[in-house]
Amino acid sequence: MNALQGLDLTRQLILLLAALVLFSSFAMLAQSRLVGLVRVFAWQGVLLAVTTGLVAYASGHTHLYASAVLTFFLKGLLIPWILHRMVLRLGLESARESDAYRTPVQLAGAGLVVFSYYVALPVVQLSALFTRNTIAVSLAVVLLGMLLMISRHKAVSQVVGFMSIENGLFFAAVVATYGMPMVVELGVAFDVLVAAILFGVVFLQIRASIDTLDVDRLNRLSESEP
Amino acid sequence: MIAVYLTLALPLAGALWLGAFGHRRSAGWVNVAVSGATFGASAAVAADVLRGGPLLSGGRMFYIDAFNVYLVALTAFVGFTTAIFSRPYMVHEVEAGRVNARRMRLYHSMYQGFLFTMLLALSTNNLGILWVAMEGATLATVLLVSLYRTPESVEAAWKYFILCGVGIAQALFGTVLLYFAAARVIHARDEALLWTSLHAAAPGLEPAVVGLAFVFLLVGYGTKVGLVPLHNWLPDAHSEGPTPMSAILSGLLLNVALYAVVRVKMIVDPALGTPLAGRLMMGFGMLSFLVAVLFLHRQRDIKRLYSYSSIEHMGLMTFAFGVGGPLATFGALLHMTVHSLTKSSIFVTAGHAAHIAGTQRIEQIRGLIRTQPAVGWGLLLGTAAIAGFPPFGVFTSEFLVLSATMKAWPWLTPLLLIGLGVAFGGLFRHLHPMVYGERPDSQSAVAANMLPVAVQLALVLWLGLAIPGFLAHWFDQATHLIAGATLLGGGS
Amino acid sequence: MADHLTSWVLALVQTALFVAGAPLLAGWLKRVKCRLQNRRGPRLTQPYRDLLRLFRKELLLPEGSSWVFRAAPYVIFGAIVLAAAVVPLIALRLPTSAIADVIVLVGFFALARFFLALAGMDVGTAFGGMGASREMTVASLAEPALLMAVFTLAMSAGTTDLSVAIQRILSSGLVIRPSFVFALLGLLLVAVAETGRIPVDNPATHLELTMIHEAMVLEYSGRHLALMEWAAQIKFMIYAALIANIFLPWGIAVGFGFGALALGAAAVAVKLALLAALLAVSETLLAKMRLFAAPQFLGFAYLLCLLGMLSHVILEVGG
Repeated sequence: MNALQGLDLTRQLILLLAALVLFSSFAMLAQSRLVGLVRVFAWQGVLLAVTTGLVAYASGHTHLYASAVLTFFLKGLLIPWILHRMVLRLGLESARESDAYRTPVQLAGAGLVVFSYYVALPVVQLSALFTRNTIAVSLAVVLLGMLLMISRHKAVSQVVGFMSIENGLFFAAVVATYGMPMVVELGVAFDVLVAAILFGVVFLQIRASIDTLDVDRLNRLSESEP
Repeated sequence: MIAVYLTLALPLAGALWLGAFGHRRSAGWVNVAVSGATFGASAAVAADVLRGGPLLSGGRMFYIDAFNVYLVALTAFVGFTTAIFSRPYMVHEVEAGRVNARRMRLYHSMYQGFLFTMLLALSTNNLGILWVAMEGATLATVLLVSLYRTPESVEAAWKYFILCGVGIAQALFGTVLLYFAAARVIHARDEALLWTSLHAAAPGLEPAVVGLAFVFLLVGYGTKVGLVPLHNWLPDAHSEGPTPMSAILSGLLLNVALYAVVRVKMIVDPALGTPLAGRLMMGFGMLSFLVAVLFLHRQRDIKRLYSYSSIEHMGLMTFAFGVGGPLATFGALLHMTVHSLTKSSIFVTAGHAAHIAGTQRIEQIRGLIRTQPAVGWGLLLGTAAIAGFPPFGVFTSEFLVLSATMKAWPWLTPLLLIGLGVAFGGLFRHLHPMVYGERPDSQSAVAANMLPVAVQLALVLWLGLAIPGFLAHWFDQATHLIAGATLLGGGS
Repeated sequence: MADHLTSWVLALVQTALFVAGAPLLAGWLKRVKCRLQNRRGPRLTQPYRDLLRLFRKELLLPEGSSWVFRAAPYVIFGAIVLAAAVVPLIALRLPTSAIADVIVLVGFFALARFFLALAGMDVGTAFGGMGASREMTVASLAEPALLMAVFTLAMSAGTTDLSVAIQRILSSGLVIRPSFVFALLGLLLVAVAETGRIPVDNPATHLELTMIHEAMVLEYSGRHLALMEWAAQIKFMIYAALIANIFLPWGIAVGFGFGALALGAAAVAVKLALLAALLAVSETLLAKMRLFAAPQFLGFAYLLCLLGMLSHVILEVGG
């Protein structure tokens, strides 16, 4: 019926997980509570780690196991934990983003998926890896992360979007090339971890200076000042 | 080779040491000493490369050729002079109560950390590490932008973090795509991201993928270069952070980001076989140049004014690298150097001016020459240099770029000329009252070490009057690497 | 020729099964739900008794009602029964599904809904109009999602003929299709909304603020009401059979042998029972949401179906 039948169960499962990763990005767009948002983000990290582990198994690239474990601890546990603690510490347990434009944003997200499909097409056609079809998904996760950042007003949501972009990039590396060289992956992971910690520091600074985490209120610097 | 490792190890060690003891009164001196030693090491590297050609470290982790070695030396030099300026400046800030001891520790540590990431980005042979270092540079400087903890500085830090983070993410995607293209040709996985391997294999890379990768890389690193429309973070971060940081951001970070773009272009051009990369750079460069020139006129903050001037010049360099060919490339390389030297000295002087007036607002900075002639003249000469007055080096490089444009794209020359004219007007209408004008009673001179400024401006002047032979040869080698031909026929 | 005849007979029998089995499924659902809520619950045959009772009752027509009001129950019942004829229940290769494909099925539903809304408005009471407007709001969002799910299925199978599509899915063995996972989830949400179940509508309420379906049939009585209720039960069963047979087609009869047919009947009975039990669980756990939240609910369903289609195009076609 289609190309799927030629793949064994592990590979089919990888495609399914890739689809779920994409779904988790949409779930983030739909989630308006900050705590829920962080939770979905954690799920995305876990899905990513499982996918990476399966790709390692199916492709025989053992260094991907290390990436999978690293991703699980970093993006599935540690960073969500940091963000969650930040949310609690800043007293934002019940904070919500406004629901305005939720549906148009989701539709725009679907448009971005189509766009990434066309952008990734030349790459996909050249690839011989069984994961090639998920390259478009990884680009879509990157773009959806950007959409999340643009459509949200709370600093925490924007950071989740930022981290989700990183997830998409990692995913792209895994599915397009079975991961980057280890030294690069370690460097990127280090950067992401430091970024997560720094974001926490900047949250506290924003909070201390303007008494809210609504980044709409960060509007002192603009070209139209008197 | 040891000199290369030393160039990297010194700032790293400095960052760690100052992270622990950066709050001591001696920390400023340590900062100067480490930066000076780094500059010494980088000079040794430069001597090695000039004498013996490109260096490739064991394991091929680091690669130094004529192109990046002069940036390594320039980076270490500006880092050194800015450190000299930073010591009394930051002491003044502590005395004024704007910064406490803990933040001084952060400041000193991150100053060296930033230099480390810059030098790592320049010397690494691995495009992945290049990305890691560029992101690391953002991380190192975010907390410096918000050092004063004012609402404005925190806002600037947030914008800087988010915009640069998102922007540079695109570059990682481009890197992945490049790796993808390379993995089809280069079979050793760990080598497929090495610039040397990529450069050797470039003609065999798949054009469609490489073209796509370049778009992502240009957008990503272009954000850090400050290309319009991704430039919003730049004036904020420059104006709200401490002045030494503005100087090294403008003088170094932008250069290194542009270096990354050009490095990638060197791979992309032979792979594509079309001038797509150059055209894209020309478009973005020209847009940035023109937009920044117009924004110069409406600035009210002295550091914002000069950061828009940075965008303007980075746009011009991007444009020149995009035009390609030996003449434009030589001009762009020279422009990178003179802009770096001039702009960092301008920021240093502007920092002093802000101390004198007690504010960064242009309308309250008046009569600098009467208050403190050294600062007033420094600002005047620096601005004259950056505006492209002969006989400063900026004039020479801009002249080269203009001639190259005249040859290749005659109809773009008027745009450049008009832009330069408008920029001149924008700078001087603000500068004139600041330098001359009536001296307000409240103003008094501050302790200022104008030596680095004098040295840098003298260098710029020297480069404008006569480029010394070894330097011309050096630039020519770099031009040969990038454009495939030499300008002066020196060969390499 | 004989085979041809058998298939037509079978199609008729299958449609009859839909018509006859729908109340049983409704009874089962109600019973499971009661059990979950620690109540004893009515007997399984209670829906039949209710229908019988309604058929026996006197027919009352509201003042000012037109022929539309009187014709609607028959049109609706007819459309739903025709829709049922298209859907494979226990056997594939039906002549009916070759004549009318899945898009026609959606069309039958639309026709039934159109008359339901017309009938609701015909009398001119506030409730009828309100119900009709709400029904149309829900439908305008649910229908695109339904079509999207249908297209995903059709693209995967390369046909819009339900019988052929299910046969192809069956013959390709166990394949995990991301698109089907999404389409299944989306279709479940659409089914919940379209058959007026919690959390979109509550079939057991007459609370004016919340009801949708009940508001439109409020003026009906006697055999008209019986037909309306019956049609709603058949519609519910159609959705259940669709979901069960498309996404879990195993067990359905491909040939017309007696053994295969018996197995098919048993399999579909088990699948429907499980599906209804699942719905009962979800209805017990969830509360009905505000009407204003329904568009978001359906928007989500649409998104799922759209993702199904996209993941089919992106993940499954290439290569």
